[in-house]
Amino acid sequence: MSVLDDTTIDLLDDGRLDDLIEGAEFTRRQFLKGSGALVVGFSLVGSALAGSAKSATARVAAGPPNAALIDSWIAINADNTATVYMGKIEITGAPTGLLMIAAEELDLSIDQVDHAAWNTDVSPNQGTTAGSNSISNGGPQVRQAAAEARAVLLGLASTQLGVPVSQLTVTDGVVSVTGDASRKVTYGQLLGGKTFSAPNTGRAPLKPVSQYRLVGKRVQRKDTPGKVRGSHPYVHQLRLPGMLHGRVVRPRGQGPYSVVDKPLSVDVASIRKIKGARVLRKGDFVGVVAATEQDAIQAATQLKVKWSQSKTMPGSGNLWARFREVTTSDRYALNTGSIAKGLQEAAQTRESLYTVDYQAHASIGPSCGLANVQADHADVWGASQNIYTLRTNAAALLELPADRITVHFAEGAGCYGRNLQDDAALAAALMSQLAGKPVRVQLTRDQEHGWEFYGPATLVEIRGSVDRNGKISSYDYVSSQQPWVFNEATEYMAGRPLSLGGFGGADRENAGSQYAIANHRILGKSIPNDAGLPKVAYLRAPAAPQALFASEQMVDELAYAASMDPVAFRRLNIGEPRWAAVLEAAAKAARWESRKAASKLDSGRLRRGRGVAIGGFASTFVAIVAEIEVDTVTGKIRAKHVFAAQDCGLIINPNTIEQQMEGCVIQGVSRAIKEQVTFSRSRVTSLDWESYPILRYKEAPEITTVLVNRPDLRSSGSGEPTTAPVPAAIANAFFDATGKRIRTMPMTPARVRAVLKA
Amino acid sequence: MATNLRIRVNGRVHQVAASPNTPLLYVLRNELRLNGPRFGCGLAQCGSCSVLLNGKEVRACITPVAAVGTGAVTTLEGLPALWRGKTRTTSKTGDELHPVQQAWIDEQVPQCGYCQNGMMIKATELLTKVKRPTEDQIKSHMNTHLCRCGTYPRITKAIKRAAATMAKGA
Repeated sequence: MSVLDDTTIDLLDDGRLDDLIEGAEFTRRQFLKGSGALVVGFSLVGSALAGSAKSATARVAAGPPNAALIDSWIAINADNTATVYMGKIEITGAPTGLLMIAAEELDLSIDQVDHAAWNTDVSPNQGTTAGSNSISNGGPQVRQAAAEARAVLLGLASTQLGVPVSQLTVTDGVVSVTGDASRKVTYGQLLGGKTFSAPNTGRAPLKPVSQYRLVGKRVQRKDTPGKVRGSHPYVHQLRLPGMLHGRVVRPRGQGPYSVVDKPLSVDVASIRKIKGARVLRKGDFVGVVAATEQDAIQAATQLKVKWSQSKTMPGSGNLWARFREVTTSDRYALNTGSIAKGLQEAAQTRESLYTVDYQAHASIGPSCGLANVQADHADVWGASQNIYTLRTNAAALLELPADRITVHFAEGAGCYGRNLQDDAALAAALMSQLAGKPVRVQLTRDQEHGWEFYGPATLVEIRGSVDRNGKISSYDYVSSQQPWVFNEATEYMAGRPLSLGGFGGADRENAGSQYAIANHRILGKSIPNDAGLPKVAYLRAPAAPQALFASEQMVDELAYAASMDPVAFRRLNIGEPRWAAVLEAAAKAARWESRKAASKLDSGRLRRGRGVAIGGFASTFVAIVAEIEVDTVTGKIRAKHVFAAQDCGLIINPNTIEQQMEGCVIQGVSRAIKEQVTFSRSRVTSLDWESYPILRYKEAPEITTVLVNRPDLRSSGSGEPTTAPVPAAIANAFFDATGKRIRTMPMTPARVRAVLKA
Repeated sequence: MATNLRIRVNGRVHQVAASPNTPLLYVLRNELRLNGPRFGCGLAQCGSCSVLLNGKEVRACITPVAAVGTGAVTTLEGLPALWRGKTRTTSKTGDELHPVQQAWIDEQVPQCGYCQNGMMIKATELLTKVKRPTEDQIKSHMNTHLCRCGTYPRITKAIKRAAATMAKGA
């Protein structure tokens, strides 16, 4: 419900606060008077804990605020700074980029802008912070709002200084008469602490990219100092007055999705000795609360619960047999030309099958949430990627109207997609409601590893062919995977319905689509979510690393069949020039020497190789060259040096883009050689860092990043894409090093040894 | 349950309310409100919870508070004072950071930042023992700590930078 409508604004303009308070549309009547303006709807606890907003401006009781008003986005403070309200939350540095965009349009320095705390009372709804879309989708919205704000400010300055807007210059929020710097006024003087009370017209002129002075510069992230000092307000360190500590009680490791675990018996007496500890239940949901965290942990550990046990999972070793057994629904993502015709033109044909196991987000800190649920209002804190969706889900779970719930974002450990951040927040909300007190819930390590939504396991079969001229003449790609689901265990264990999801489609962008192929088919086979398998959702560059592990190996196999150098073969077959540009950039950085793969094999125990792959995500183009070493005795692959070239359109902040690319490379290497979710016939069994190892410090490769700037093109995503081609590049390097293909990911030592022996 | 337990953290002695077998981490976070050390695994596998005990890195998630004894605990929040003590400088603003922390900002190390507490603690332990560590020494020393965001290469750069600053005694 958005109540900041025209009537409300009129009332605000007229200063008729009493009329507002009487207004039936307000569900929360807590008004805090600011400096000459009005703040509505902050809870005191909320603003004190999560809030750093120093501005006071008109805000609604229950958001999202009306995006068609400047005040919903920008506030000018008396000290000549600006507060930006954004719906995109902090995951990998994008808010700093959004602040740069706002500061650029407003002609402020980066030190003069900060963002408001995130919550559903004040944050514009910019949709989910996912798909690397903060800058690509969120950026233009913030840019436009800032431009609108600037136009209003210049209008005010024009009146005050008595010259037309065209004769005004702005530097760091100081508006002066062009040619007479002594006649000036600051934004803070013009509008500090007051509202714009003006529409976000969508028509205010935007600064031309050619005049940018801040965007494109290397700017330090705003969140770094707090993270280095230990003062950054992670959700994990928020505390509510009078709160209890809670823990969720579940079996160790999820079973098959769609079979809800049932507590057959709960022995409340088993925790009787722990003073103040209580068991909370709703449906099949079981939790414990206690006054201290240690007591909550003890209660969760000692509580005797007998759980139902399904034995319908295939076990990790039989996963692909299960994929083959089940009835899939099939859908073409692309079907162009004629595969038969392409095969007729072929000089060489190759056919291969590739598999990628389930992989985990595996956040380094388990998810955490807090809630204070009262009869008529609830506050919920979590690291959600979408506070508005979380509010809707909390409303259904708590059976409260959504406009009586305020969801606050507070940063968690890196999620890289759909981890259990919403699950923890919902568990806190449910337990607070059941306990009648504020509750803080932190998941355990085995819950975070064992109950999350994994990156989908994927089985890909490709038949490809190449003609006499080295052109790919046909490419027939078939992938099988489950569709994503978003139901949290807290929800369905508490009796909320569980969805089997939509369609588990093929990754159209990364299934040979980087190349101009006349005869091209991409078929997705959707594996049903009630087939005894764990639940899946988006994991960094969703579906792309899996698709590319197959598709870019097949391209390499075709290059080899055509006796061509892998870079030269790609150059010949690429259609879109942006692919060619990143390919050349990565090859140049790596001093790529043109030769056929596996044409220079080492003879000793350690074999070196280099491989290339191109692929992308979120309209961003990436090329990777990986240099590796294979220990033929242990089977260990060592990534020595990874070169990454990325084109994400106009570059906003090279500092964060390089950070993101490095993170993507490391995570890509980790997924390529180490990460596999394992499960028995009953449950997931990879529940900690021993059973689910990730890349360690010593194993990190040297990384060279190359940023391909496109000032003429709209910015696209950067937080995920570079992950995508990394495993494929390593697999191709493995072939170059050993002359053998490895078509199973992760490429663990045992699998490497098996391939080398075969 | 109040106990007679006292621990020395960041130069001050604190009375502890928790039972003696409570892991140090929960005492630091919930009683002393020191949020630098963080829960990561509870299994001493990742290092997010690390603190210095008499200059040696330990995992607060598995260290019972009673085991601290009379030892000196230093958390992330105590690093600036630790450095001032070493250089015998007085703080002008109370805002100066340990060279390791400053290097973390200068090299823009943190992404999500959750594990960086342990990384900075572990790096401080190293630089106390080895003034100018080689790249191999850094990698071996830091290998016991996990980062999911992939900041390892930047940490190596930051440790070298911090070592240079500390050598100057700045």
